[in-house]
Amino acid sequence: MPDANSLYGPLDPAPDAGWTAAGPRMGFFTDTSVCIGCKACEVACKEWNAVPESGFDLLGMSYDNTGALTANSWRHVAFIEQPVPAGHRTAAFAGDPTGGSAGATSAAVAAGTGSASGTNPGVPPGDADAAARMAGTVPSVAPDGTGTRFLGMPGAAPPGRGTGAETRTDFRWLMMSDVCKHCTHAACLDVCPTGSLFRTEFGTVVVQEDICNGCGYCISACPYGVIDQRKGDGRAWKCTLCYDRLGAGMTPACAQACPTESIQYGPLDELRDRAAQRVATLHERGVPQARLYGHDPTDGVGGDGAFFLLLGEPEVYGLPPDPVVTTRDLPRMWRRAGLAALAMTAAAVAAFVGGSS
Amino acid sequence: MTAGRIPVGERFRGFRARLAADGVFRPQRSSARLGHGPKVGVGPAATAPPADAAGSVGAMGPAGAVGAADAPVVGPPRDAPPVARRRGRGGRGGEELRVPEAEFTSYYGRPILKAPVWRWDIAAYLFTGGLAAGSSLLAAGGQLTGRPALRRAGRVTALGAVTASAYFLINDLGRPARFHHMLRVAKPTSPMSVGTWILTAYGPAAGLAAVAEGAPLLPARGVFSPVRRLLPPAGQVAGLAAAAVAPALATYTGVLLAGTAVPSWHEAYPELPTIFAGSALASGAGVGLLAAPCAQAGPARRMAVAGAALELWGAHSVETRLGLLSEPYRIGTAGRLLRAGRLLTAAGVVGALAGRRSRVLSALSGTALLAASVATRFGIFHGGVASARDPKYTVLPQRERIRRREAGQV
Repeated sequence: MPDANSLYGPLDPAPDAGWTAAGPRMGFFTDTSVCIGCKACEVACKEWNAVPESGFDLLGMSYDNTGALTANSWRHVAFIEQPVPAGHRTAAFAGDPTGGSAGATSAAVAAGTGSASGTNPGVPPGDADAAARMAGTVPSVAPDGTGTRFLGMPGAAPPGRGTGAETRTDFRWLMMSDVCKHCTHAACLDVCPTGSLFRTEFGTVVVQEDICNGCGYCISACPYGVIDQRKGDGRAWKCTLCYDRLGAGMTPACAQACPTESIQYGPLDELRDRAAQRVATLHERGVPQARLYGHDPTDGVGGDGAFFLLLGEPEVYGLPPDPVVTTRDLPRMWRRAGLAALAMTAAAVAAFVGGSS
Repeated sequence: MTAGRIPVGERFRGFRARLAADGVFRPQRSSARLGHGPKVGVGPAATAPPADAAGSVGAMGPAGAVGAADAPVVGPPRDAPPVARRRGRGGRGGEELRVPEAEFTSYYGRPILKAPVWRWDIAAYLFTGGLAAGSSLLAAGGQLTGRPALRRAGRVTALGAVTASAYFLINDLGRPARFHHMLRVAKPTSPMSVGTWILTAYGPAAGLAAVAEGAPLLPARGVFSPVRRLLPPAGQVAGLAAAAVAPALATYTGVLLAGTAVPSWHEAYPELPTIFAGSALASGAGVGLLAAPCAQAGPARRMAVAGAALELWGAHSVETRLGLLSEPYRIGTAGRLLRAGRLLTAAGVVGALAGRRSRVLSALSGTALLAASVATRFGIFHGGVASARDPKYTVLPQRERIRRREAGQV
């Protein structure tokens, strides 16, 4: 008997999927406040899971040359450069002639770069207009508006020459290692027509590559834009939360490799407690922007198995602010389809029964 | 910054070339252009409009406005005199900046969602699946009311269309040889799985009904004579079975598209099945108008009117009801296709009603209805894909949802 919350609402997914002796639900807590952007997670993931290369290109997106989660990048470290007031602390670049680097123009240029990630849709170019707003979200652009300077590339002359130190902006760098969220209500799993995607005993979501026939439904169903199709191979790929390592009682490769414990692996309940404490600590220490993302079992996807501590709005990191699993509306959708089918039948009957010719 | 540049690697050079081509590798110009504009509400935040933004401030002005001050790669220093900044406000393509209508932030403007990887095959399948369903209904009606021309045309078209559907669906798979993996599960939560089983039920029935039309071609004597005798009744049963499944075949595709995270498809879930039902009826009617003599085509005309009404109502609704998420259906490729579909539908209906006695006019209107169905399907398809590619359709409606929830309106 399926749970009343099988499609939407708080749920323990593994028992709902039929596991009778499932252990605690396992997951990731990614604390971006201690991420140093080293990308060890990306590398460890590729090494362990034998994920193919995802194109070597300079995207101009700060130090992010991966671009997005794709079939060939199961971890993705995002870099965001923002001008922000330093508050009572020492300004980010005090005494440094280079000044801040966050700029609308550099972001806009970066948006136009594509990456041959070897996947579909992979890393398509973004919208320059939207990208340019990245650096302007915090209302502390230098008074004369020079937040819009090009950076992205090292120059022979020191940046800031010609402007002087007084025009510098303060600056912060956000780094975040993104990954598949292993949703409680995973749209990819719900809509998979082959049963290739399945729920593991750890409560995670995994693609069986020997079953997947590359229909692509999961790709458009994912509210986070995680799962992706590998070109040449045709199948959909994503993070497995190292299902093989979990089975052997090991820690997933990315969490194992993370040098700052930004990526923490463990039982989800424990991680949620730890995350709540961490947010409280940060608030206490004067970081009011710290917030959790994906931790709430009552949110649109029933909570994520991989959740985050963010230092800005989710969309700054390329995350949807309020994702909802598409299958929440499935009963209503089928009802509308049924009505339409009835209307169609009625119209056809009327066409033949009514009328004189 | 550029003048004394040391040699760099090949990829790096590629990046610089791209910047130069975009006309942006000019920090000096950028700051001059962006920094001071009084019209830019939030300073540098207000920037280049997407070339295809809705209701875009049309002409961004010719590139000439960029002018001499900007032409050299090594421009004036950042604190350029005001003369440069006015010029910079001119335009060149997507790089010029203006106040955007809707503020939202993003990660380098990249899409949040992965756009559907479905190629045009799936849009074509939406049409052929609907055509098969409409034709089967037409054939069953013809069968039950003694209109052999409608029956024959409907059955043959249904078989052709369902065969094409199978081809499109399998061809679009990343691993076509594994198409049969669809048959290892039946999942009500997966509209594609449900559709697979609908198609599996429908296809053989439609096929048998069409093959039965060939019975008279078999020799009356010899080994084939029992087949010749048995085929027509089998075809009658199969034709009715196909017609019974047809409405499900025509409408499940609406759920197929709506059951995604693609914003303009998902939010259109109340309308999509209706549009597709109408489109299927209209295309089936189109087949009747094309193939049947005027004496038998009466039901096809009425089906055309009913189908067109459903289709037009549904399309109008998705183009207006969804707020921001209606926009992808009004602009760009999708907008053009849906407008063309509307015109062709109207023309087809008018022709169908006016052409009661004219075989030529009926055939023309039938063709128009078929073309309208194609245009509508591709329009809906493209509208959804466009909505997934632009982060604004993901972020803004979700922000609005949060705002309303916080205001206690939900």
